[in-house]
Amino acid sequence: MKINSPFRASLLLALFAVLFVAGCGKKPPIPPPPPPPTSNGGTTNNAPSGKPVVAEFTAEPSSIEAGQSAILRWSVSGASDISIDHGIGTVQGSGTSRVSPSITTTYTLTANGAAGSTTATATVRIVAPPPPPPPAPRNSGATAIGTVESRVSSLQDALFDYDSNNIRDDARAALTADADAIKRILIDFPSASVNVEGHCDERGSAEYNLGLGDRRASSARDFLVQLGVPGDRLKTISYGKERPVCTESTEGCWQRNRRAHFSAGQ
Amino acid sequence: MIRKTVLIAFVLLAALSAVVLFAQDITGWIKGGGGKPALAVPDFRGSGAAQPLMASFNSTLFTDLDKSGCFDMRAKSLYPLNNPQSPQDLRPEDNNQGYALQDWAGSPVTASHLVFGYAAAVNGALAIYGNVYDARVQSIPSAQLMAQHYAGGLDEAGAVRTAHEFSADIIQKFCGGTGSLLGSRIYFVSNRSGSDEIWAMDWDGNNQKPLTNLHSLSIMPAVSPDGTRVAFTSYGKSTPHIVMIDSQTGRNLPFYNQEASLNANVTFTPDGKQIYYASSAAGLEQIFAAGLNGQGFRRISHRSDIEAEPKIDPKNPNILLLVSSASGQEQIYSMNAEGGDFQRVTNGEGEASNPSWNPDGQHIAFSWTRGYAKGDWNVFVMDIASRQYIQLTHSEGRNENPTWAPDGRHISFASTRGGRSQIYTMLADGTQVTQLTRQGANRMPVWGTK
Repeated sequence: MKINSPFRASLLLALFAVLFVAGCGKKPPIPPPPPPPTSNGGTTNNAPSGKPVVAEFTAEPSSIEAGQSAILRWSVSGASDISIDHGIGTVQGSGTSRVSPSITTTYTLTANGAAGSTTATATVRIVAPPPPPPPAPRNSGATAIGTVESRVSSLQDALFDYDSNNIRDDARAALTADADAIKRILIDFPSASVNVEGHCDERGSAEYNLGLGDRRASSARDFLVQLGVPGDRLKTISYGKERPVCTESTEGCWQRNRRAHFSAGQ
Repeated sequence: MIRKTVLIAFVLLAALSAVVLFAQDITGWIKGGGGKPALAVPDFRGSGAAQPLMASFNSTLFTDLDKSGCFDMRAKSLYPLNNPQSPQDLRPEDNNQGYALQDWAGSPVTASHLVFGYAAAVNGALAIYGNVYDARVQSIPSAQLMAQHYAGGLDEAGAVRTAHEFSADIIQKFCGGTGSLLGSRIYFVSNRSGSDEIWAMDWDGNNQKPLTNLHSLSIMPAVSPDGTRVAFTSYGKSTPHIVMIDSQTGRNLPFYNQEASLNANVTFTPDGKQIYYASSAAGLEQIFAAGLNGQGFRRISHRSDIEAEPKIDPKNPNILLLVSSASGQEQIYSMNAEGGDFQRVTNGEGEASNPSWNPDGQHIAFSWTRGYAKGDWNVFVMDIASRQYIQLTHSEGRNENPTWAPDGRHISFASTRGGRSQIYTMLADGTQVTQLTRQGANRMPVWGTK
């Protein structure tokens, strides 16, 4: 339930009023004590008076990959001797120790005092390394593979509303992705150019659509140039409604045809 | 208060009757207002070697006159037993036997005019002697309207040609325009060879042949007023540009395309000395003008709308129609030849495109989606002065690119009524719809004088 804030404010006010009236004639209750401090990443036994107090026992970082190391850090008071298992042995009241476990390991610190002993644990978790990055594309640099045509054919169309050359949000996303791809194509193929084709659905007149397609191609070209694609290597060409990608008289097909499409230039 | 109400009612009534009056005007123009001439055309007979050709001659003559839409053709079954063959045969009185004009003007023929004549073989050629008389006039000498003589080859072709010539003269005499469609051709786009090429055919659909063989995309043909040049939009060099060719041979004529992503939609001026076209040379597609070779180009319009299809008024080269997005979706506008006085012609309903001037400069045919969904185009005719319009096709497929015949009475257009787009002709009242093409998809017709 959503409550608007004036209503919520008056509700709170009413609640306070009730509490105030209810509290009249009684002593306010004593607030409970705060909880004991805890150490980050470790567990600490509550130390009754007389027992040693482990103020801190942590592993930093608490997760490592196998072969890496973590730092154990501890701070203990009121203990006559302090030891940590897994081969670390007796240590001072506060200190650090670098550990490199090969599997997830929970370290236990034991502090003995006159009135008893206190233990605390800290765990170093071993995580799997992330997968390696994909191999670098072999065509980066001068040894380009593929053809301009195949690279250009994977660019996304930018779609338009009926009788409009405005770049919609979805076209903005498509063209933003296309801009990076086109820049790489133009670097890999220094003599290549890319045609920006403007297309329309079947409904407007063929003659008018030639002009509309020209606007769509120009809008897409201008958008790409804003993103740093060199304009002198983009060539606009309007096909109006002469080269539809599909021919059904449905909105789905009409939308596919209202597009800026890319082809390899000469 | 009462006076005011009466006044308003009167004004409304006056406005209403003005609308009705205009509506009658355009309908009257379409239907041939005041009644069409009623023609009686008894069969011509031939002497000697001419006689076997007369069946072709008579059927061609009758069909031409009928198809013109200009006449009320009186049925041959109503005719008297005899008919005059030469003016000498006419008598003042013949008791309904056929040699008197009143035999044709009276019941049951009730013709206003009588077309008669004969043929003879003269020195191996076909000679036609044709006459037209006003059957309602008492005096035989003053009833004579036409006395013509035609010569042709003594064969079927000669008979058909002389019949076309005679019918053309009769149509021109009564209905103006170029008289007939004889010799006129329709240029169009066909993909029957595998790519969109420019084709030409006779006005009746005969002799279909390609003018281009570019294996690219060749669309939107225009023909010069004298019928000698065809300009079209070609993708031969990647971006759409203008190509000018000889209309008879298809041979390329020199044309300079200015630097632009788009040069398209050519139209010729009525004097045939200039072209107007749409170009994106200035960034946005706008109207430009240039010489026939593309040189001396200049920008005409300076707006930010999409502009296409400039069409010059055949009677006033300072007026042109065009299609523009200035008010949103495409509509037909007019402007002067310098780009000023920009006015919308269609009323903003639906989408309107493809304006084509009637040779009279008073009427246009165009495509409109008014009353239908987007893309459902129909052919309309509008009186440009009153803006009154009538609808000629009624949503049988998409009906686009109407183009007036030189006679000002026929319209050719493209329609998908039978599936793929094909080219049709019809009279300006929407009747006599005739399909001209059947192979492949055929579209974008434009009707030339030859």
